[in-house]
Amino acid sequence: MMEIYAIGDGAITLQLGNQVNDFLNKKIIAIQNWIWQNSFAGLKDVVIGYASCTLYYDASIIKQQYHLASSAHQWVKQFLEQAYHQSLVALYTQPRTVTIPVCYDLDFGTDAAALAASKSISVEALVNNHTSNTYRVYMIGFLPGFAYMGMVDALIAMPRKQKPQTVAAGSVGIAGQQTGIYPLQSPGGWNIIGRTPLQLFTASNQPPVLLQAGDEVRFEAISREVFDNWNL
Amino acid sequence: MSLVIIKPGILDSLQDMGRYGHSHWGINPGGVMDVFAATVANALVCNPATAAVLELHFPASQLLFEQNSLISICGADFTPLLDGAPIPLWQPVLIRKNSILHFRKQQKGARCYIAVQGGFEASEWLGSCSTHFKLALAGFNGRRLEKNDQLLFKEPTVYFAALLTEGKRYSVLNWGASVYNSYAWPNEIFFIPGPQMHYLAANHKEFSAANFTIHPSSDRMGYHLRGEALTVNNTTEIISTGVTRGTIQLLPSGQLVILMADHQTTGGYPIIGTCIQAHLPKLAQLSASDVLQLLPVSIEVAEELFYRQQQDLNLITWNCHLHLKELLCKA
Repeated sequence: MMEIYAIGDGAITLQLGNQVNDFLNKKIIAIQNWIWQNSFAGLKDVVIGYASCTLYYDASIIKQQYHLASSAHQWVKQFLEQAYHQSLVALYTQPRTVTIPVCYDLDFGTDAAALAASKSISVEALVNNHTSNTYRVYMIGFLPGFAYMGMVDALIAMPRKQKPQTVAAGSVGIAGQQTGIYPLQSPGGWNIIGRTPLQLFTASNQPPVLLQAGDEVRFEAISREVFDNWNL
Repeated sequence: MSLVIIKPGILDSLQDMGRYGHSHWGINPGGVMDVFAATVANALVCNPATAAVLELHFPASQLLFEQNSLISICGADFTPLLDGAPIPLWQPVLIRKNSILHFRKQQKGARCYIAVQGGFEASEWLGSCSTHFKLALAGFNGRRLEKNDQLLFKEPTVYFAALLTEGKRYSVLNWGASVYNSYAWPNEIFFIPGPQMHYLAANHKEFSAANFTIHPSSDRMGYHLRGEALTVNNTTEIISTGVTRGTIQLLPSGQLVILMADHQTTGGYPIIGTCIQAHLPKLAQLSASDVLQLLPVSIEVAEELFYRQQQDLNLITWNCHLHLKELLCKA
């Protein structure tokens, strides 16, 4: 079910439902790509969620540019309807696969032991499970370059912690059936199971973020030694 | 050309209109909290609207101008004193080098802007000089201003030295910006109802009558509102979507948060609505413990008010340039 609603007078959201799944997310990415290819004067930004796409626009530029009698909102709404009908998933579904090395040492994976214990599995089984699947990057948000990925196996899924703690940059966590990597040190409530030596965010890079929505990610276990020598 | 921070304020930084077009990487636009006041500040000294300005919170920094300068102070009234003498807001002021500007008392408003003719030198990242505190990037070393920081000015684009009067420490140029429209009824904030407005038991009329107080934990990221906890009819969780400046989120506690300049790009709390752009300047000037009401309006009203505000800004900008040009011709 598609709906379009205002987020104030400078933004508008197209939403395809309230579920996390690959099918809806692929359509959203197709819509995002269509929008970029058909950009208009006054378009400031595009953000995608799991199953939504939000456009940020300057109403006064749109009104001037297109000599509108009706509202700029109405005009952008029609643009989004067009994006919905004309964007083709097939054109944009070749994902990029990114392998992320992760050290699952318990010094880094501060919540791994508790998570494994609550699921009555060994930490080794937890790591094997986490590294055996391919995860889709559904969206980027929360922090610059923070990728919301899923879905993790129900066996290792774990609700967010009640109390957020300071999480180190590179930490790999699990929240519900999502998995993610903290690009920067930040307060966070995800269950931390390891750490990557890769930089998820580098200000001087173009783009400054390693992962983008639509990417497929595999985690590869590395030893503490490999981790320590990674950036040498 | 420079000024020096001789005593630091609580949270003073260089900001401009923000960095757009990177939100899909989780990089939010940021920028000045009060876009209107910052635009007028630049207009008064004939800078482009995109020039970096100094955003001050109270208690604000004490500044030493090391050079003759043409400046303007807009937004909040923190009682600006130049070498002890009060100077007005919303007017261009010529000041001689070695003048000290300080701010005595928070009279009204929460964020004050200083523009200098030519603009401040500032480091840029992704097309904007706005200080990104979390990433420690852009503006002045990516952080708030501290004691002894020296802010360099760009080359002036207007030859204002001819306007300095012999023997006078400063002179206030005799025009100013009328900004009544944008700040009238400071506590009434209009918003456009959002997708989860119906989560609330209150109808539009009941919701409009509620008073919300801004909690002291509020900052550039968002305003935490305190009021009687709202009755929630629907507790269906929503998946994360894009949010914007002014978005009103409903927390599980039944309290509201309004996202401000340094908000995250996406959010997973129900969206009650989003404050209209024309009222964001008013909102930016509210402080902790101020009370506000949230009044639902239509998109058409919001767009009309935004359009009028833009027209006001165009008129102010045009007049400021005209006045200064005229004065320079006479000098």
